[in-house]
Amino acid sequence: MNKVISKHYYSENVVSLEIEAPRIAKARRAGHFVMVRVGNTGERIPLTISTANVERGTITLVVQKVGVSSRKITELEVGDEVTDLVGPLGQATHVENFGTILACGGGVGVAPLLPIVEELKKAGNKVISVIAARSKDLIILEDQIRQHSDEVIVMTDDGSYGKKGLITEGMEEVINREKIDQAVIIGPGIMMKFAALTTKKHNIPSIASLNTIMVDGTGMCGACRVTVGGKTRFVCVDGPEFDAHEVDFDEMLMRLSGYREDEIKADEQYLCVSKNKGKA
Amino acid sequence: MNNSEYLKQERAAAWRDDLRKAKKNKERTSLARVKMPEAPPMERARSYVEVNSGLTPEQAINEASRCIDCANPTCISGCPVEINIPKFVKNIERGEFLEAAKVLKETNALPAVCGRVCPQEKQCEANCFYQLKLSTEPVAIGYLERFAADFEQQSGKISIPEVAHSNGIKVAVIGSGPAGLAFAGDMAKLGYEVVILEALHEIGGVLKYGIPEFRLPNSIVDVEIESLRKMGVKFETNFIVGKTATIDDLREEGFKGFFVGSGAGLPRFMNIPGENLVGVLSSNEYLTRINLMGASSQGMDTPVVRGKKVAVIGGGNTAMDSVRTALRLGAEKVSIIYRRSLEEMPARVEEVKHAQEEGVEFLTLNNPVEYIGDDKGKVKQIRVQRMELGEPDSSGRRSPVAVDGSEYIIDADTVVVSVGVSPNPILPQSLPQLKVSRWGTIEVDPDTLQSSIPDIFAGGDIVRGGATVILAMGDGRKAAASMHQYLTNQTKK
Repeated sequence: MNKVISKHYYSENVVSLEIEAPRIAKARRAGHFVMVRVGNTGERIPLTISTANVERGTITLVVQKVGVSSRKITELEVGDEVTDLVGPLGQATHVENFGTILACGGGVGVAPLLPIVEELKKAGNKVISVIAARSKDLIILEDQIRQHSDEVIVMTDDGSYGKKGLITEGMEEVINREKIDQAVIIGPGIMMKFAALTTKKHNIPSIASLNTIMVDGTGMCGACRVTVGGKTRFVCVDGPEFDAHEVDFDEMLMRLSGYREDEIKADEQYLCVSKNKGKA
Repeated sequence: MNNSEYLKQERAAAWRDDLRKAKKNKERTSLARVKMPEAPPMERARSYVEVNSGLTPEQAINEASRCIDCANPTCISGCPVEINIPKFVKNIERGEFLEAAKVLKETNALPAVCGRVCPQEKQCEANCFYQLKLSTEPVAIGYLERFAADFEQQSGKISIPEVAHSNGIKVAVIGSGPAGLAFAGDMAKLGYEVVILEALHEIGGVLKYGIPEFRLPNSIVDVEIESLRKMGVKFETNFIVGKTATIDDLREEGFKGFFVGSGAGLPRFMNIPGENLVGVLSSNEYLTRINLMGASSQGMDTPVVRGKKVAVIGGGNTAMDSVRTALRLGAEKVSIIYRRSLEEMPARVEEVKHAQEEGVEFLTLNNPVEYIGDDKGKVKQIRVQRMELGEPDSSGRRSPVAVDGSEYIIDADTVVVSVGVSPNPILPQSLPQLKVSRWGTIEVDPDTLQSSIPDIFAGGDIVRGGATVILAMGDGRKAAASMHQYLTNQTKK
């Protein structure tokens, strides 16, 4: 059903998988996500769709190893089946000709940013992208982002590639020199928080695409709830994109850490078992 | 032949007549109602063993012989799927257990499920002659239903209902919960090509993700699903109608009718301070992690919070399921916090009784007003307000009124909010022309369950907002009958 067609390593921990899913490929729009489960003991986790190819009937997911579930996905090889894959879920990105766009992607957040950049460019926007990561080997999809952007600024925390500094510094540079009509922010929670503060300071309308804990992904569990503009919203059915200036990022970060201890323990156990298997 | 004629004819069968003559009614009515054998409270409260262990054949025959096989079986009128109750009960009395199971399956696609989770005390048993005329304990119809269905499952001789020759007409069922399964069973019998499209990776809907193992083992549900498979019903998991494909896409693929049984999706919260703290979760999330994802078992990747002091907010069956699940996860203290009194609780009497036996504390006439967190954002306490009962509200229940100055604090490291659900918005959102109520439920003709779009019918929680397994099943059957009518008329045109 959902066979892995190709696999590409961006770095040791970041993998891109092209997966057969003809219906999802056809139905998905920028901003949509899928729920993925690997193996019969697996957990359901949400992953934003990076790109899709309708002719090939495939979607591409970019996954970073952070725990057992993401590790299991990155360990899939060409020809393997994804046990469960469902989607496309969430509300698609609202695309129109805003004028000038500032597209900000941190770490693997660049993957879901790519289709949004592509569609915004197609809609006639001038797109300036700022992509950032801790170091050179964690910068992904730079060429693809370049293909759909008028300008790309690369930032690394350690200066190993592009400019040295945080994403907000690259954003400020652009904001200071030209008028931005709309910003799109995708990345780790903490990065989105500060990127949103930066655009708020300059009164630039901004959306952020959130990735929270979900069990079903279809509105049933409520694990993904976030406070947006003082109201509780569900990321899975109301989102994943919200007004970045209204999102309570501190609460979101706190909720994301809800199962941290379990996650660390499970990952250690999994690695221990895998190692022993390797020995045998 | 209408239904009452059919019932009369069945009742006139020689074996039924003989059975009625075999024992005097006085003898029958002098028997005491059977007690369901149960696992001891303190033992079961720490394991997932099924609480009710089921009747023995002797107990079942004895209980069945209490039924006097009334000329006017009022019990049937209490059953949303109109099981021929006297016929199956009398089959048990004469020892024809497999035959009894067959009778159940004439109108009920999931007898082993219904025998466990139906609120019989409000339905068939509430309309039993014993209850109505003698004011004594009714025949234990629910226990007997479970007995016959279990006997058949264990016998390995499972009867598959007869299926009409295929008419080649494709119909799609959206959601594989009780409404959809009941609908599918009836449509398959009529010869339709039925495809059930399920959003999750497991078939069964609320029967799988919601109702815990100690009340309804998943293996029981799987046997019933297997029967539907054998009747030709096809299942597709990981398919969200409105997302993976639209109704229009499916029409193009040849589907002529749609039944929406997508259930009540969104969990409700109370919008009180602290509700988004870590450790405060919906009963849907809590139960799904355990029941669907197996979070309590070794080797499963899905985690679940294992609180020491767990408070469950609400008084329905889901609240009882959640609080008893918390016990089984090793909680030291578990409480139900409910704003009305025990009498108004919507949960089945048996579930409340079982919870009490297992040591659940009931803080009735109490309502949370705030959750208080520690410095890491994890819930540690609840500010609770005492309530008293005022005038009856629209539901006929006396409405709770807060007692001024009655607030106090209780400790809790896990809070499960179980105050109801709203309909799942995904399908209605994908069909702007579909008429929905202001609560988001799909509006249907009450007689036919047809929606504002002629080829779409709907039932269960997506129409009712929140109901029971059996009412959803009743809807499924009703929708099947009227869709059959609709499609028959369409093909004539």
